[in-house]
Amino acid sequence: MPVQYYIFLSVVLFCIGIMGVLMRRNAIIIFMCVELMLNAVNLLMVAFSKMWADAGHVDAGAAQIFVFFIMVVAAAEVAVGLAIIVMMYRNTHSVDINLLNRLKN
Amino acid sequence: MLTVLLILIPLLAGFISFGLKGTGPKVLALLSSIATLGVSLVALFQFKVHPEATRFTAQWIPQLNAKFAVGLDGMGAMLCLLTTIAFVLVFISIFSRTYERSNSFYGLLLLAQAGLTGVFTAYDALLFYVGWELALVPMYFLCSIWGGEKRIPVTFKFFIYTFVGSLFMLIGIIYLYLHTKDASFSYNAFVSAGASLQHGEQSWLFWLFFVAFAIKMPIFPLHTWQPDTYEQSPTPVTMILSGVMVKMGLFGALRWLLPVLPGASASWSDLVIVLSIIGIVYASCIAIVQSDLKKMIAYSSIAHIGLMSAAIFAHNQLSLQGVLVQMFNHGINIIGLWIIVDVIEQRLGGVKNMKELGGIASKAPRLAIFLVIISLANVGLPLTNGFIGEFLMFSGLFQVNVWFMAVAGLGIILSAVYILNMIQRVIFGESNAVTAKITDLTPGETLSLTLIVLLIFVVGVYPKPMLELVSGTTQLLQVAFQGSISLK
Amino acid sequence: MSNLVWLVPLLPFIGFLVNGLGRKFLPKAGVSIVGSGSVIAAFAIAVSLFLETKAPGFTPRVISLFSFISVGKLSIPFAFQVDQLSALFLLIITGVGSLIHIYSAAYMHEESNEGYARYFAYLNLFIFSMLLLVLGANYVMMFIGWEGVGLCSYLLIGFWFKNPSFSKAANKAFIMNRIGDLGFLLGIFYIIANFGTVTYSAVFAQAATMGSGHHTLVIIAVLLFIGAMGKSAQIPLYTWLPDAMAGPTPVSALIHAATMVTAGIYMIARSNVIYTLAPAVQNFIVIIGTATALLAASIAIAQNDIKKVLAYSTVSQLGYMFIALGVGAYSTAVFHVMTHAFFKALLFLGSGSVIHAMGGEQDIRKMGGLKKYLPTTHWTFLVGCLAIAGIPGFSGFFSKDEILANAFAANKIVYVFGLLGALMTAFYMFRLYYITFCGSFRGTHEQEHHLHESPAAMTIPLVVLAVLSVFGGYIGLPEVFGVKSLLNEYLAPIFAPSVPFAAVHELEPGTEWMLMIISSVLVIGMIFWARAKYRRYQNPGTENTGLLKVLENKWYVDEIYDAVIVRPLQALSQFFSEVMEKLGIDRLVNGIGKSVQWGGQQLRVIQNGQVGFYIFAMVLGIIVLLVIGLLF
Repeated sequence: MPVQYYIFLSVVLFCIGIMGVLMRRNAIIIFMCVELMLNAVNLLMVAFSKMWADAGHVDAGAAQIFVFFIMVVAAAEVAVGLAIIVMMYRNTHSVDINLLNRLKN
Repeated sequence: MLTVLLILIPLLAGFISFGLKGTGPKVLALLSSIATLGVSLVALFQFKVHPEATRFTAQWIPQLNAKFAVGLDGMGAMLCLLTTIAFVLVFISIFSRTYERSNSFYGLLLLAQAGLTGVFTAYDALLFYVGWELALVPMYFLCSIWGGEKRIPVTFKFFIYTFVGSLFMLIGIIYLYLHTKDASFSYNAFVSAGASLQHGEQSWLFWLFFVAFAIKMPIFPLHTWQPDTYEQSPTPVTMILSGVMVKMGLFGALRWLLPVLPGASASWSDLVIVLSIIGIVYASCIAIVQSDLKKMIAYSSIAHIGLMSAAIFAHNQLSLQGVLVQMFNHGINIIGLWIIVDVIEQRLGGVKNMKELGGIASKAPRLAIFLVIISLANVGLPLTNGFIGEFLMFSGLFQVNVWFMAVAGLGIILSAVYILNMIQRVIFGESNAVTAKITDLTPGETLSLTLIVLLIFVVGVYPKPMLELVSGTTQLLQVAFQGSISLK
Repeated sequence: MSNLVWLVPLLPFIGFLVNGLGRKFLPKAGVSIVGSGSVIAAFAIAVSLFLETKAPGFTPRVISLFSFISVGKLSIPFAFQVDQLSALFLLIITGVGSLIHIYSAAYMHEESNEGYARYFAYLNLFIFSMLLLVLGANYVMMFIGWEGVGLCSYLLIGFWFKNPSFSKAANKAFIMNRIGDLGFLLGIFYIIANFGTVTYSAVFAQAATMGSGHHTLVIIAVLLFIGAMGKSAQIPLYTWLPDAMAGPTPVSALIHAATMVTAGIYMIARSNVIYTLAPAVQNFIVIIGTATALLAASIAIAQNDIKKVLAYSTVSQLGYMFIALGVGAYSTAVFHVMTHAFFKALLFLGSGSVIHAMGGEQDIRKMGGLKKYLPTTHWTFLVGCLAIAGIPGFSGFFSKDEILANAFAANKIVYVFGLLGALMTAFYMFRLYYITFCGSFRGTHEQEHHLHESPAAMTIPLVVLAVLSVFGGYIGLPEVFGVKSLLNEYLAPIFAPSVPFAAVHELEPGTEWMLMIISSVLVIGMIFWARAKYRRYQNPGTENTGLLKVLENKWYVDEIYDAVIVRPLQALSQFFSEVMEKLGIDRLVNGIGKSVQWGGQQLRVIQNGQVGFYIFAMVLGIIVLLVIGLLF
């Protein structure tokens, strides 16, 4: 398959992620949308890796290492992020981010 | 090494003072100030014999190549002497008082002394800047904690004014630092870096520095923080502010502006002189109609400083020599005036409106005599110290432009008007219900005022040693200027 | 002896220190001995200095004590100059000064111990300053004394400081003097800038090479003359002198006769080279002098305060001295300074004696017939009046006639005005004399009871001064009498350098005789007119009208100054203080602070705490950055 398909798919996924982050109020969904954006990048990374490998570059596989980095970071983020959301739920009994405007005033 | 001691003694005493209780801080402050006075006298002597021996350099921040470089020249030695004398006088005259939280009060004053000495001795721009801030920051606290009723807004204004000035100066210092050949803050590196700059660059750097110094002096129209601050601060703080701290601005202009940016200083000098002269007439006029004693003295101080800054930028030998001498003498005289004002204010429960005063001469003759002598020195009567500086400054200003001198000379007349009015309203006439309860000076106050009067006459009759002390600095500045004029 | 010249000012200074510091401990006798003794001792030294300068072959000596100000090429030594001019002035100052000191010892006896000592301390300081002024060997030294006498007059005029109007008069004196001082100072700076020195000999030597009418010399001459206007009370800076009457009467004598006001004359006589080389300024001086002489004499006619009359007569006589200076008759001016010192001191001390007897009353309308109560005062006062009016044989006759003769030779119009002034002088002095001493007593009964002749300490100085007022003129006899004028001969070396440049006005002996006779006859006529008018004076109790009212109110000059200078200055200061400072600069500064606060308030709205909004802003920011990155 041409690489354009992968690019297109990643862009779509990334945009869905952005729109989700911007428009949803539920913290968990925003969180998932962030993950979606990360994974869109991962997908793109793998696709480009394959493209360069087909073109005969020997070290094109290195790009896939970055994917692992991102996955590790994402996992760490999940750990921290979910903890924050749990704390938030404990305090407000809700995961609506618009309730979190206490810094004001 | 002595120069380091001058900074170190008040610094340490200041920190120790924070931990003391009762009369401890008071005694410590007096002892430390007397010790530094002794050291500064020895240092003065050392400077006369081996000027190089007063220099001291040590690594300070190696990453930035900033050095702890201190030393004395004639001007620095004289101002260090003024600082130490001023602090001794202040501590003697307030010795019988008790201040709330006296440990921090005296601690902050001592820290300010360390900062001032740092400013007057620094040969490293970063050290100069640190000293500058170290001198100012305690002042903010002193004004805002021990000041009068309106102290918070007044201190706020004072803080913003001087802080903005400091920041401008910091930008200037960093810019020059980046243009030094060996990336250092040392005085010599700055001088050569300044000389290598284009004229346009010099110009805006000049204004960065000048605004900082002009605010501190203060020069019209950047002076409005000063009368309020002098009025609201506790008097010992006002003494330091007006007697010593305004000299930081003048000193800064003489040490870090004229030699470093001589071309720009020469080309902007006329504008600065005009501003200063406007300030003289303007402040003198306002002083005439002030009824608040402290504000009147504050405005008279603006007028005097205006003359000094005009003389700095007249930059000839006579005027520079005059400024240098006058820096010392103005400090002594105005401290004397503040001591007297403080006595009056304390005895009368805070009355400082001249309309309510009068008849003090018959109740407290000694106080009246001191007030008359110091006031007359302030208006520059011959054979008092005020005359020497004013004569030389006017004479130097005259050589730049006759009209500059003639207009500035109006200050001579106006100063007589407001000073005599003040004397008349405060000490002459019949005493009234307010002033009837005034008592004459205590021995401590008499002692410090006698010292001041002695200085007034000794310097006024025989100014030669002082003129000789600062003549080296004058020559240096002249050389810098002549170099720049030939460059133009 | 001239090596000890520094003792002359030092002695009064020591007197000042002793009396000033010991004012609480010293008894009155001690104070007066220290105060008078120091001046008398200075007088003794001055006499020996005078004899030294009188000896043939004397050359002026400069005694340099130490370097006062020395900066670069400018070097101002603290130096004294002994020559004929300074020696003569020393004699006048210390001589008349001693008499005034002795007189004061009795006159001020009612003061408290402390006030008495303070008074003598000031008096000694005054003498000290004046001695510095005339002894200095350069213009800065002169300026030291110049300002010093200003200060002392301030202290003495405001001596009774509890009275606010007295201290106002003191302020006025000091401030007016300062206006003149600024001119003097500018003159010194011109001298420094052009000659590089302030030492007399060097300045005059250089000035002599510049040629007549050189603009530098003209400017210097004008500026120095402005100083003289202030110190010697000439138009327009004369109004302080009549107000200076607020001080004790002996002080008035000191200010008017021996010290202070003669400083301007001394300065111009000293700078004769500069003035001779600036003829335009000389003409200016003549105009000012004439105007002052007439104006002050006209005011004196309508004054009723005994001291005010004398004060305006001083202003008028000073005008004569300036006329003499202006026509280049320097030694004549000095001659008149000397005779004037004698008879004016006499008149003032006499008036002091009258005031003393009257219990402080100064209004002549409430006196009268004092002749029989105060015999010594009366005849000495009469001698003073005859001397100032210029009756032949008295000292004032010789000096005034010499001035008028010189004026006649230079310009007939000045002579006419001068003569007119002399006639007015004769008139108002004898008006004063007849109203005060003749007729019947018009004071209260209580005052009449208290009338008594003053003690010997006061009358002896009067007698001495009366003798001097009569015979003092014989040292300067006009040459038409067939003898050399001793004074002119004595002073000749001082004015010799300016002789080559001076315009020569020769007068026929016949003309001079005629002038003398004209003025004598007219003056005597005036005296008889005054006698007829005021011998049996009764207080009419009505207000003056017309010209007399204007004269009584001194041509309203004080009011004009108030309206033209004082009030506008006050208004300007108020404007600066209330409008420009508070509403202008301060508001601008506070405005900057306020606008920063306002801006913060506006920006705060963006910080609404909505996480979604923040994320949106972040994304928006990323997009903007991307676009910028793509475009540039």
